[in-house]
Amino acid sequence: MTTTTPQTQAPAPRGPERRRTPLTWRQRLGRLDVKLSPYLYIAPFWIVFAIVGLFPIVYTAVISFQDWDLVRNTGTMTGFDNFAFVLQDREFWLSLRNTFSIFLLSSVPQVIIATFIAAMLDKNIRAKTFWRMGVLLPYVVAPVAVALIFSNMFGDRYGLINSLLNDIGLDSIRWHVDVIPSHFAIATMVNFRWTGYNALILLAAMQAIPRDLYEAAAIDGAGTVRRFFSVTLPQIRPTMIFVIITSTIGGLQIFDEPRMYDTNGQGGSNHQWETITLYLYNMGWVDFDFGRAAAVAWILFIIIVAFGLLNFFITQRFIAGDTVAKAPKRKKVSQ
Amino acid sequence: MSFSRRKTTLGFAAGAATLAIALAGCSDSSDPEASGSPAGTDGGSGSEEQITLTLATFNQFGYSGESEGGDYAYDLIAEYEELHPNVDIVYNVADTSNTARENFFTKLGPGGLADVEAIEVDWLPEAMQYSDLLADLTSSDVDGRWLQWKTDAATDKDGRLIGYGTDIGPEAICYNVDAIDAAGMDSSPEAMAAALDGDWDNFMELGKQYTDATGKGFFEETPAILQAMIGQLEAPYESPDDDSIIALDNADVKAMYDTLTQATADGISAGLQQWGDDWAAGMANGDFAVMPCPSWMLGVINGNAPDGNWAIADAFPGGGGNWGGSYLTVPASGANVEAATEFAAWLTAPEQQAKAFANVGAFPSQPEASESEDVQSATNEFFGGAETGKIFTTRAAAVTVAPYKGPHYFQVNDAMVNALRRVEEGTMSADESWAQFQSDVEALG
Repeated sequence: MTTTTPQTQAPAPRGPERRRTPLTWRQRLGRLDVKLSPYLYIAPFWIVFAIVGLFPIVYTAVISFQDWDLVRNTGTMTGFDNFAFVLQDREFWLSLRNTFSIFLLSSVPQVIIATFIAAMLDKNIRAKTFWRMGVLLPYVVAPVAVALIFSNMFGDRYGLINSLLNDIGLDSIRWHVDVIPSHFAIATMVNFRWTGYNALILLAAMQAIPRDLYEAAAIDGAGTVRRFFSVTLPQIRPTMIFVIITSTIGGLQIFDEPRMYDTNGQGGSNHQWETITLYLYNMGWVDFDFGRAAAVAWILFIIIVAFGLLNFFITQRFIAGDTVAKAPKRKKVSQ
Repeated sequence: MSFSRRKTTLGFAAGAATLAIALAGCSDSSDPEASGSPAGTDGGSGSEEQITLTLATFNQFGYSGESEGGDYAYDLIAEYEELHPNVDIVYNVADTSNTARENFFTKLGPGGLADVEAIEVDWLPEAMQYSDLLADLTSSDVDGRWLQWKTDAATDKDGRLIGYGTDIGPEAICYNVDAIDAAGMDSSPEAMAAALDGDWDNFMELGKQYTDATGKGFFEETPAILQAMIGQLEAPYESPDDDSIIALDNADVKAMYDTLTQATADGISAGLQQWGDDWAAGMANGDFAVMPCPSWMLGVINGNAPDGNWAIADAFPGGGGNWGGSYLTVPASGANVEAATEFAAWLTAPEQQAKAFANVGAFPSQPEASESEDVQSATNEFFGGAETGKIFTTRAAAVTVAPYKGPHYFQVNDAMVNALRRVEEGTMSADESWAQFQSDVEALG
């Protein structure tokens, strides 16, 4: 890069010729324009975010310390009572277990399969656009419709899968009774919806990899697999981190699928598949306890932030060994 | 018509033919702007000032609109506007009762609800806690219009009536004729009514006979029967005096639990969760023989088992039973409370409610309406031409108790339903599940 040699700073300003001509109005405006405009341009986002994002987050925190009455919009301060209740609630810990279990069952296969699909789509195949759009199709289907389709497949007695299992002489799987099968079924719905989406994002990253890297690797004698692990993966690392972080955030907030999984929408008679978001919803809209619901929301928020950071660091270490991301920091170019 | 049991709305949306509605997700259930009339009139029937009234319901109330067969026979909204030229009515229908519920409680405090808001019995206990935010609709004009238990449930501790009853769901027993035949029992409606006439022990006894003969479940699932049994107790879970939770000390509740878990052990329950896909399929496949059957359930059975052979027995174990129904309320913060009250009173008058029955089969909560020709002459071809109007009128009259439902009613009931399901699914023994129920209820305090 051309910036390696530090540019000679503009000729020493403290020379004898130091002129302090006052700037003209136009010049000042120009300077302001350069300095302020970027902030102005991003301001709309931040203003909207402050109203619909930041304010609710802070307000939720306020409510979480109160015994809140939604209808009358009043509450009495109760300190950390709501948090204490939630953290001592068996249902909370079960839903935390379920959330992580479903998250692992969905996000891990999802990222692996998406990477594989992306790698395949990156090959020189016929009707590229058709195949690429095809993997996005499940994403377009509404989650409610996905749940309807899958509830037909995962029916305990007359479901498609159990009928097939019975036909070949195996026992039915109790999708709505046992913990792991229910998580598997819900994770399947999530994967159905998100794998193609992630595949397209990874594909975009793969397409940006300079082809000469592959050629050079091929000349060095690297086979397809080696090229994938030594060229493709390191090259898509930033995108990979993005995909993993977003699917972590999404995975910890799974709601539609478990809610539509049975007709009660409460996560099963023994909380087999109740996720944290479902617990939060039930706490608010079923039990009408919005103070506790707000406390759950904050706990979930903290978990997600912590987990997102953890994932970030793990991913950075895990997919290591590349040079692109560790390129020497660009030196500041003086204006 | 309203579908009840709070969460069944969801199940119904998932199970029945409401896919399109669920997908469309039209959640805009009430328009706050319409309620503020610029004229700022004090309302009242004498006023000739132009006013706009908003009405918000959900599902099918049968006031105005269309069903599968085309437009309703009667358009009550247009009729009222004709009678009151100074009144414009804006009518909004929410897609599900759940959407309406969230909207109702979000806006009840700050304002912005319609002038007349429909509520379902399932969220009536929650609404009763905020009865001061709803207009007192007590009036000598409407005294004695409704069945006593219907009015009692919507009257708060200070004697204020906050809702005018629309429909109810009096329960009979529907049964699968072929399944009963297969067990070698007499499947005529009269014989079934006679066999079912008695208490719940008698019902279980009959179920045992059936199950021994066929090896199949007699009824759908224990929570469905719980729903019927609990509706016959005056104060099942909470004390009417101070709303304290008495579910754990109530011997009736434990007895009920024991009866039902015994039924599970005996195989009398088919264990098919209500509103689920397997349940709907079971209705057509004869996986169970009988089900508690409120008036609105007829269409559900017909829809799920179009080729089935079902009939109605004019009987209900343990006395009468009601499942579902709605009220019209008038939020006190509205701009036209008086005019809105008049409108709600008109809509729930016997003549109009009989027309709503003719439109969508919403069974009226007004005895005078059920005596009307529209109701009395109603029959149902799918159920072998049963005289449904007469049957459900008798069933409605058989209801004597409306259980007290305080602020914790649904939480305790949910815990009870889960306890029964755990036993039914085999994840816990009856004793373990009861212990879990105890700790769930204790955590509510």
